[in-house]
Amino acid sequence: MAFNVANVRKDFPIFERTIRDGKKLVYLDSGATSQKPLSVIDAESNFYKFHNAAVHRGAHQLAEEATDAYEGARLKVANFIGAREEQIVFTKGATESLNLVAYAMGNAEPGTRFALTSKDKIVVTEMEHHANLIPWQQLAARTGAQLSWFEVTPDGRLDLSNISSVITENTKVVALTHQSNVLGTIIPLEAIVARAHEVGAVVVLDACQSAPHMPIDVKKLDVDFLVFSGHKALGPTGVGVLWSSLLDDLPPFLYGGSMIETVTMTNATWAPAPRKFEAGVPNMAQAVGLGAAVDYLTDLGMNNVHSHEVALTKYLIDKLLQVPDLKIVGPTDLDSRGGTVSFTVGEIHPHDLGQFVDSQGVAVRTGHHCAWPLTRKLGVPATTRASLYLYNEESDCDALFDAILGAQKYFA
Amino acid sequence: MELDSLYQEVILDHYKHPLNKGLSETYGAQVHHVNPSCGDEVTLNVTAENGLIKSVTWDGVGCSISQASVSIASDLLVNKTFSEADAIVDEFTQLMHSKGTMQGNPDVLDDAVALAGVSKFPARIKCALLGWMAFKDAAVRIKTTTGGE
Repeated sequence: MAFNVANVRKDFPIFERTIRDGKKLVYLDSGATSQKPLSVIDAESNFYKFHNAAVHRGAHQLAEEATDAYEGARLKVANFIGAREEQIVFTKGATESLNLVAYAMGNAEPGTRFALTSKDKIVVTEMEHHANLIPWQQLAARTGAQLSWFEVTPDGRLDLSNISSVITENTKVVALTHQSNVLGTIIPLEAIVARAHEVGAVVVLDACQSAPHMPIDVKKLDVDFLVFSGHKALGPTGVGVLWSSLLDDLPPFLYGGSMIETVTMTNATWAPAPRKFEAGVPNMAQAVGLGAAVDYLTDLGMNNVHSHEVALTKYLIDKLLQVPDLKIVGPTDLDSRGGTVSFTVGEIHPHDLGQFVDSQGVAVRTGHHCAWPLTRKLGVPATTRASLYLYNEESDCDALFDAILGAQKYFA
Repeated sequence: MELDSLYQEVILDHYKHPLNKGLSETYGAQVHHVNPSCGDEVTLNVTAENGLIKSVTWDGVGCSISQASVSIASDLLVNKTFSEADAIVDEFTQLMHSKGTMQGNPDVLDDAVALAGVSKFPARIKCALLGWMAFKDAAVRIKTTTGGE
């Protein structure tokens, strides 16, 4: 089926409304959260309307239906990234997924695979979202492990020139983003995975900005952990994904109901993965909504989604480069970059720019985008960010272009 | 345009030609405040003498609203007693949280009434309050260390 953006837009009820006194909604903030197709909204709502019960317990029909829906969503998500269903853990978001991995490693018995000591190293990059930096900072502080990182070049790429001195024999974990949420840079994963595995380190990949936008196959990526959030991939908020092929060896993070095998007054043993990571009654309706989102993306075809975004990214960058005084912060070549474009416009502060373009119906993000060390490194206190998704069209880029020119007049 | 109620001429003037920007060499208290959601930063020096605020100087980076607002505050709060300054800061804070229902009293707030429009833009209230909260913090520090002298 050919990808038709006009038809896609009809599936998203939010595009029926207008913004700021009747203007067309130009939504260029999908890097923060995506809009939702009706099928996702219905799936979440229908779960509550028709099937609501606590999964994995209860001897009644509703409990069976709820469990089928929840586990069905797990299988859909597994298929979406080329994984097996028992390798998929539902969390409340990508932030929790990353914290889960970091805390679980902190819970590892001394001497076991994931246990860290002051002799070990954790490697991140300078372009991490705070969610993939702070959990590792804190794990390093708790275990005495050393935190080191790959630096970012002035053109917004990862500097791998010192790869073998950054990832050393002592490195246990390499945690990094697949695609920068600020720069749009897609990182050279293959070389990093090869080096990490050479020294026996595990690779934790933050796929929040890639999984919604391109085909993902965990086997091809060859990483050990992968996380993404549901709400950036057309799904509801309150659900995220953790995938790993190593879940059996990883101790639990949150303890409680559902995650146990046996319990006495003094002790407990754990259910097999993924259950041992899903304590409590889970976010069932949200997982089911994410299942519907994955269905929607799969029906469109992730290759089609990706091609659409690549073409649109080229259009957007070409357009932005025509704006006087506009500087793109991050790669301008389309090689290994996604549809997230950060920029500055002369002396206009991003907040003021964002406010002006909003008055024209254009929604962008401004600030440091939860990657403060990165913006500091690049010497910009803040940027304006436009991030594209499958429902964006060329006229959205045109509207942003016109709005920026308008802002330049307004603040001249 | 609704936007014009936010970006009053007075605000853009203060933004382009800020008052008291550049930190004094000496001070009674120095504070550094940031707006973590956007990265705006202000460093503020406050000097007091005999219970009167003698100077407010500052440096910072941020949007026009945050920079103009600290410029306005740094002018308005000088030569006030601590209790007068507290009352002005409180009145400004109330104005910012008024959701567009208050105009602000120019006898008390002077140029700061130009920021009244900010209260209609919830995401910008923190920008406008950044310098004022920094001042409040600095004033408390001076009062606790010197008793306001």
